[in-house]
Amino acid sequence: MQTRVVGVSVPRKEGVAKLTGQARYIDDLSLPGMIFGATVRSSIPRGAIEDIKFGEGIPWHEFTIVTAKDIPGRNVVSLIVDDQPCLADGMVNHPEEPILLLAHPDRHALPAAVAAVKICYKPAPSIHSIEESEHREVIIWGKDNIFKSFRMEKGDVDSAWKDAAWIVEGEYSTGAQEQLYIEPNGVIAQAGATGGLTVWGSMQCPFYVHKALVALTGLPPESVRVIPAETGGAFGGKEEYPSMLAGHASLLAMKSGRPVKMIYDRMEDMAATTKRHPSRTRHRTAVSADGKLLAAEIDFATDGGAYATLSSTVLSRGTIHAGGPYLWPSIRVHSKSYATNTPPHGAFRGFGAPQSLFALERHMDVVAKAIGLPPDEFRRRNVLHQGMTTATNQVIHDPIVLDQMLERALELTDYHAKVKQFAEHNQTSTRKKGIGLAAFLHGAGFTGSGERYLNALVGVEAAAAGGVRVLVSSTEFGQGTNTILCQIAAETLGLEYDDVSIAPVDTSTSPNSGPTVASRTAMIIGKILQTAALKMRQTLIDSGLLEPTAGREQFLAACQAYRKQFGELQSFSRYEAAPNIFWNDELYSGEAYGAYAWAVYVAEVTVDTSTYGVTIDDFVALQEIGKVIHPILAAGQIEGGVAQAIGYALYEKVVWKDGRMINNQMTNYIMPTAEDLPPIRVFFEEVPYQYGAYGAKGIGELPMDGPAPAIINAVSQATGINFTSIPLLPEDIFRAMTANPERPAESLETALAAEGSQ
Amino acid sequence: MRAHPSEYELVAPGSLPAVLELLAREPGSWMPIAGGTELMVQYGAGKLGARKLVSLWGLPELRSIESSEQELLIGAGCTYTDLRNDPVVAQQFPLLARAASWTGSIANQNRGTLGGNIVNGSPAADSLPALLVYEADLLLASARGTRRIPYVEFHTGYKQNNLAADEIIRAIALQPRFAAYHSYTRKVGTRNAQAIAKLCLAGLGKVSGNRIKDVRLAIGSMAVTPVRLRRTEETLLGRPWSAALISEARQALEAEVAPIDDVRSTALYRLHVAGNLLHEFLEGLFA
Amino acid sequence: MSKREVSFTVNGAAHTVSVYPMERLLDVLRCELRLTGTKEGCGEGECGSCSVLMNGELVNSCLVPVLQAEGATIATIEGLAGESGLHPVQQAFLKCGGAQCGICTPGMVMATVHLLGHTPAPTMEQVREGLGGNLCRCTGYTRIFDAVLEAAGSRK
Repeated sequence: MQTRVVGVSVPRKEGVAKLTGQARYIDDLSLPGMIFGATVRSSIPRGAIEDIKFGEGIPWHEFTIVTAKDIPGRNVVSLIVDDQPCLADGMVNHPEEPILLLAHPDRHALPAAVAAVKICYKPAPSIHSIEESEHREVIIWGKDNIFKSFRMEKGDVDSAWKDAAWIVEGEYSTGAQEQLYIEPNGVIAQAGATGGLTVWGSMQCPFYVHKALVALTGLPPESVRVIPAETGGAFGGKEEYPSMLAGHASLLAMKSGRPVKMIYDRMEDMAATTKRHPSRTRHRTAVSADGKLLAAEIDFATDGGAYATLSSTVLSRGTIHAGGPYLWPSIRVHSKSYATNTPPHGAFRGFGAPQSLFALERHMDVVAKAIGLPPDEFRRRNVLHQGMTTATNQVIHDPIVLDQMLERALELTDYHAKVKQFAEHNQTSTRKKGIGLAAFLHGAGFTGSGERYLNALVGVEAAAAGGVRVLVSSTEFGQGTNTILCQIAAETLGLEYDDVSIAPVDTSTSPNSGPTVASRTAMIIGKILQTAALKMRQTLIDSGLLEPTAGREQFLAACQAYRKQFGELQSFSRYEAAPNIFWNDELYSGEAYGAYAWAVYVAEVTVDTSTYGVTIDDFVALQEIGKVIHPILAAGQIEGGVAQAIGYALYEKVVWKDGRMINNQMTNYIMPTAEDLPPIRVFFEEVPYQYGAYGAKGIGELPMDGPAPAIINAVSQATGINFTSIPLLPEDIFRAMTANPERPAESLETALAAEGSQ
Repeated sequence: MRAHPSEYELVAPGSLPAVLELLAREPGSWMPIAGGTELMVQYGAGKLGARKLVSLWGLPELRSIESSEQELLIGAGCTYTDLRNDPVVAQQFPLLARAASWTGSIANQNRGTLGGNIVNGSPAADSLPALLVYEADLLLASARGTRRIPYVEFHTGYKQNNLAADEIIRAIALQPRFAAYHSYTRKVGTRNAQAIAKLCLAGLGKVSGNRIKDVRLAIGSMAVTPVRLRRTEETLLGRPWSAALISEARQALEAEVAPIDDVRSTALYRLHVAGNLLHEFLEGLFA
Repeated sequence: MSKREVSFTVNGAAHTVSVYPMERLLDVLRCELRLTGTKEGCGEGECGSCSVLMNGELVNSCLVPVLQAEGATIATIEGLAGESGLHPVQQAFLKCGGAQCGICTPGMVMATVHLLGHTPAPTMEQVREGLGGNLCRCTGYTRIFDAVLEAAGSRK
């Protein structure tokens, strides 16, 4: 399909404001009479609060002080299970857990005041790993420390082992990862004299915040208003956490009668807010004599932190993606999310899939090696083709070009020649070279019946100033929401891109199109937007103000004429599931996602055996995403996601001590700089998805899934060592390459534990 | 930002004599601050103990580089950018120019000073091993006058030094004797830019015939101060290349350092990689 | 401690502010002068979001005590665009997709202006080094590099 506006790299709607310093992020905003808030947090991982003393030297009478007792509604950050208190009341379950709140007109006065609040605890035993949690010596949540478990099964796994020519096992683990948006979390809350509450903030999901505030304050929904500010990066880190911070600022605003601004500094943001769930995956794989997958038994576990928050949904996605893009005649995945005494882990781009796909794609290389097939050939024999069923028994009706993409990726990277070349080079060089690949998929939208449950509402309206406005609650945080939705509306209505704008998001006026997560905005919201736009056009036609064959000028004139005659012109449309989508929540089977994007990534690395450092020399990211709506934005999503995943694989280690992140500064939590990343070569294929806007599938999270396994596969090939855990630091490579039984090598954790050092 | 600005005093007397006069009048009360790339980080984290600071920023007496035949005098207030831009530093003291180029970021190089780096005394500071192998002297100034000490005597312990309460570093003196030397420096950081060193080795050497005629080695992040590796040097002096030489030198190095495990790396890694860098230096020296 | 008067120029306009001498230049720009284009991302001189030009040199304003800006000429993002429109660096960033969420962008643009001011035709290595102190979490830097080379007139 030829498109005019969609498929073109139009200027970003908010681009100029961002380039000139005019874009207003939450800390750039001020309200008259505004004061500042701060949080007093737990310094222990678990225990009872015995006493709270307000120390000397602080003019406490100048401060607003809020505790759990001040909560008018329910003391909860309402999300899924509603087990997380907004303020700890008597008991703390993780370091940095919020206990009380302070506010003062002088922003600089707060840190000393926070430090002066002395809390006495009676510590209780705490647990800090999946292993400790599953041993159940200490129960910290529910009956068994398990937030959620799934059992996903296809075919008859148990009978497959006897037919296997090979059975290969492996265990893989991934660490926590900090989202590290460059703009920390922040909100401003203002309580109105007549009982209203308005909150502005850096956030992805204004209606999540709205729901949480209603529960916390007991206010009627129409009295609570949430307005996202320009948001400086999110990546999932501002999906659920802003509800907590908004609640805090709101409580202070309600008690003080003043608007309250709360901005986290980097140290607080890193220590106290959500991170990617650490994971452990165990694979047991049966393979036939001709290199075909027969069965898998997969045990997938995540560390959810102290409260349930989003652990069930992260686990769900990780479970569904655990089998990757392959044909499994039979597969069984047991998955569990465990409670530990650490700040709750949460949403981060990929949402469980980077974890289970790392394990799978690393394991596929291990299996390939065990059975004597090259990694690419093993993939070739097992990738899904059109008409086959996934691990959830979903038939993929659309064409899958994964096999062609595999060939193309190998060509783009000169893969086979390099494999030979490197094998020879590595015999004599101290700089070992390797090349590794990963094949994967990512389902877009909420899982199963999730989109039906969200029941997204999207609108368009004729703008008073002329042109058309898009009405959604989808937020912009760099990924291009504002721009692509306007492109889609313009294309649908035969308008120019500049004729369409997007209404500022505000829960009091915007329709609830659901959260800006799960790679759903282009594909799902874009599609509903098309329907709403066509509805508006039809309204104009039905009103006699527009001829069915009319073009842009007549359309714009008709909009104004309609407004003049009838007041406003707004059309809304709701999510409609594609036909024949059935998902069985009990069996965890059926159409898990409307569409999948497919990808093959290849990484070429050098491992310097004098420093054990890894350099990525080349990176190719090839993906099939339905339709490229905006070439520059789409490529930007892939490049940015690959960069974050390179950090996930090689640099970003959260160092824990008793459940607290101790490297909570940018100096010590290492994300890649401009001097660390290779050129990232991005290529797209398009197999249009019928139910996505202009064929588009989701792409935001896809690039997070593939780089880590591709890189570790390359490093393993370069060194001949089976690495199974990320982040893979030079210290880990050193330890493995110099392993000497007489001199046991230390990991960073054991070394720190032994020294008790920081 | 965890400090209250109202609790801090910062004065800028505007000339070196005025600064020294203040320090003489109230010794130990005023902490000198130059570019602030270290102290302001502490301040922002609410961890700056000093409440009274005196600014050395921009003092012309401290921000000059004077070159004569005998020596190069680098004012302690010279920034890393100043060092990188100076042709004599580049030509005669390349290890220092290299170290300057990988200190922090461009923005931090524009403000961080060599004197500040020395006084801060982090064992991980990038320039200090270079100063050790070049056998720098420090000129320490006070209202009482100027004295000169070998830089190697300056650090007396972890973040402890030889400065009297009324003294500042005025200049760093380097003698251009190393043109004919093989020079080597390598920093191993957590990433390629803006990285605190896990370790950093600087080396100068000269081979005559097939034997090491002179060698100077210094290492950072391997002890509570940067270390001049004298025992390793002794092991190497006068020896020809051999496998035994490498392994003995490694052992000597291990014996004179005390690396730790910290949030960035482990002692074992540091030790082993230090030996690898030493090997690399020697390979280059004999090549 | 008492406040002092500190005078400096920002984007060509002279200012005298009454401030504590140890206030961070970043806070004085944002709060006293209401120039909120310069951002705080880390407060420790690592992310570069607070980058401004002080006497033509790129500095992290979160690490500059305002007293040390006495008499300085300061340039922030707000001063870049002229009467005739956007600065070539801003235009290049727009064209090449060098900004996504935009929070690192003011600092990144100032770092680019600084780089090109010193090195008008940088190699890729020089571009990487010039921007090494500005962290971006969204873009993976690829299109930022494109923008810098575009602004330098050397992009192919």
